[in-house]
Amino acid sequence: MTTETVKKQRWKLNLRDRFQDLPLPARITAMAVFVVLLYLLPTKAFYENLGFPIPMGSGYLPFYTTGSDMAGVLFQCGYYILLALGLNVVLGYAGLLDLGFFGFFAVGAYTVALLTSPESKLITEYNWFESPWPWLVTVPIAIALAMLSGVLLGWPTLRLRGDYLAIVTLGFAEIIRIVAKNQDWILNGDRGIPSVGHPPGTYSNGEAIFELDFAPYYWLVLTVIIVVIFLIRNLANSRVGRAWVAIREDEDAAELMGVPTFKFKLWAFAIGAAIGGLSGSLWAGQANFVNSATFSLENSILVLAAVLLGGAGSIGGAILGGFLVIYLPEWLRSVGDVFGWPTQVTVGGIHIDVSPTSLRFVIFGALLIVVMIYRPQGLWPNRRRAAELKDRQKEVAPVE
Amino acid sequence: MSERKPLLEVDNVTLRFGGVVALNQVDFTLYEGEILGLIGPNGAGKTTCFNAMTGVYLPTEGQIRFKGEQVSGKKRNKITKMGMARTFQNIRLFPEMTALENVLVGADAHNTTSVPTALLRLPKHWREERQSKARALELLNFVGITGRSDDLARNLSYGDQRRLEIARALATNPALLCLDEPAAGFNPAEKVALLELIKKIRDSGVTVLLIEHDMRLVMGVTDRIVVLEFGRKIAEGTPEEVRDNPKVVAAYLGVPDAA
Repeated sequence: MTTETVKKQRWKLNLRDRFQDLPLPARITAMAVFVVLLYLLPTKAFYENLGFPIPMGSGYLPFYTTGSDMAGVLFQCGYYILLALGLNVVLGYAGLLDLGFFGFFAVGAYTVALLTSPESKLITEYNWFESPWPWLVTVPIAIALAMLSGVLLGWPTLRLRGDYLAIVTLGFAEIIRIVAKNQDWILNGDRGIPSVGHPPGTYSNGEAIFELDFAPYYWLVLTVIIVVIFLIRNLANSRVGRAWVAIREDEDAAELMGVPTFKFKLWAFAIGAAIGGLSGSLWAGQANFVNSATFSLENSILVLAAVLLGGAGSIGGAILGGFLVIYLPEWLRSVGDVFGWPTQVTVGGIHIDVSPTSLRFVIFGALLIVVMIYRPQGLWPNRRRAAELKDRQKEVAPVE
Repeated sequence: MSERKPLLEVDNVTLRFGGVVALNQVDFTLYEGEILGLIGPNGAGKTTCFNAMTGVYLPTEGQIRFKGEQVSGKKRNKITKMGMARTFQNIRLFPEMTALENVLVGADAHNTTSVPTALLRLPKHWREERQSKARALELLNFVGITGRSDDLARNLSYGDQRRLEIARALATNPALLCLDEPAAGFNPAEKVALLELIKKIRDSGVTVLLIEHDMRLVMGVTDRIVVLEFGRKIAEGTPEEVRDNPKVVAAYLGVPDAA
């Protein structure tokens, strides 16, 4: 019997489809080139050439942040991307609305600060240990403590659903911030903890790698992000990831199909928290100084915005979202000069500041609204693609 | 008939919601290898009975035993693991997952891969993935939706969604499959095909409990029938016995006013 293979002719308008159809070596090469470019990004000679000519203003639209240190902005993008990746596990996969995600960042940051600062009260007042610990040792502790706080928060609250969970998690983040602000016995309130330790390493001339220059921090966080992406992908394409999505889609049906829902929700919380804590410890390793002012509610909302902007449930989306929520406002800060935009206008004797620097959050907010109206699924939504072509072929093979 | 082994015993179960008595001392036994129909007019308590069995509701009084073990009060996912699987009256698939993934969730019921194993891709992960995937594809084939495995569940036709739900339930490897109005919204040809599928499921060694409105379907496929009305069992027996039972006729057609 001659079986006529009917090929579905599909227009490959989608970039992702085209990329997926490339042979594997080509895909790996493309990814490798992209990663190398990412590592080169904070190099001045490289980023200064990113941009394109425009027929107005100064004639050239730069892509880099002319108003602030590019490497610094990139590092900030980096730890926000990590946060977005963590929240994406909780919100995107398992569908748990966590409004206090930044609380785990705070736990991670404070853990590192308390253990690595010579002025930590653990050393100066309580004599828990003699000298500050190295940064590297404190990172796993920070992750573990953030994870523990995730479990402790999740244990009672994950029995709640939807809005109720959102309120409780919101409360958690606020409790951490207010406790940090008001109590004096260890976290030192608003005065904070100075001289927080940095990651280890020196150049051949003996100078520390991780000092004032942002580029090494960016490289570090970029490396961490790549590792985290691999680990999250492993989880997403497994029984665990399926259980999360099933819980998100229909929790009752999932439970009746044998999914231990509470256990996997708790895992989602713990993993999200661990990534949040990791992000906090990386930030603290750079920041030098940790106090409660960093952990305001806006940050939690910004991370949430990053996940939704990028597309919940998608790793690419979380990365894009985390990048944009930090990068766009910073980029807008200086881009007005390019167009010869006036910094202020005078209406009836009143000076109104219209510089993009001042208006950057207004512009950013407006952009967010536009995106959410026209693309509610996010910029880079998760589209559950065919598992493996092999399986499909096996399945449609003629029976007789 | 030879010695029959009871699989599910519903023992004088009463379920009250406030003042409403949804189930009133319902009592029946399901034997291994049979197809039992649970019928009754709308609101008779059929789905409530299902929900009590699968752990959604806790009976106010009475006991439900599955394979001789008490079911009530157990966690729902544990009950599924014991070997009781169900479908839903209103389809409740995971709409954003593919057909294959839906079935895999069911197959996962007996897998033990958790976060550390999946994170590090240990051999157990690969072994369970491979086995589950093979089983899931086999089941999709069994219920007759071969070739749709990569389609999102919400993009399947209504009939295929019903079939997918059955495949997902079967993936949990049940001893008892509870079908809640599987033929709702089907045309006669689809009903005939479903009837064949139910028989095929029974022949593969799974006991079936069937809630159904369509009398012809119930008569055609069941070995025994339990009839509920207003939360009470009003009849039990073979399809013929039940069909001729005046109480059942009254329940379905109404009683003429006493002259």
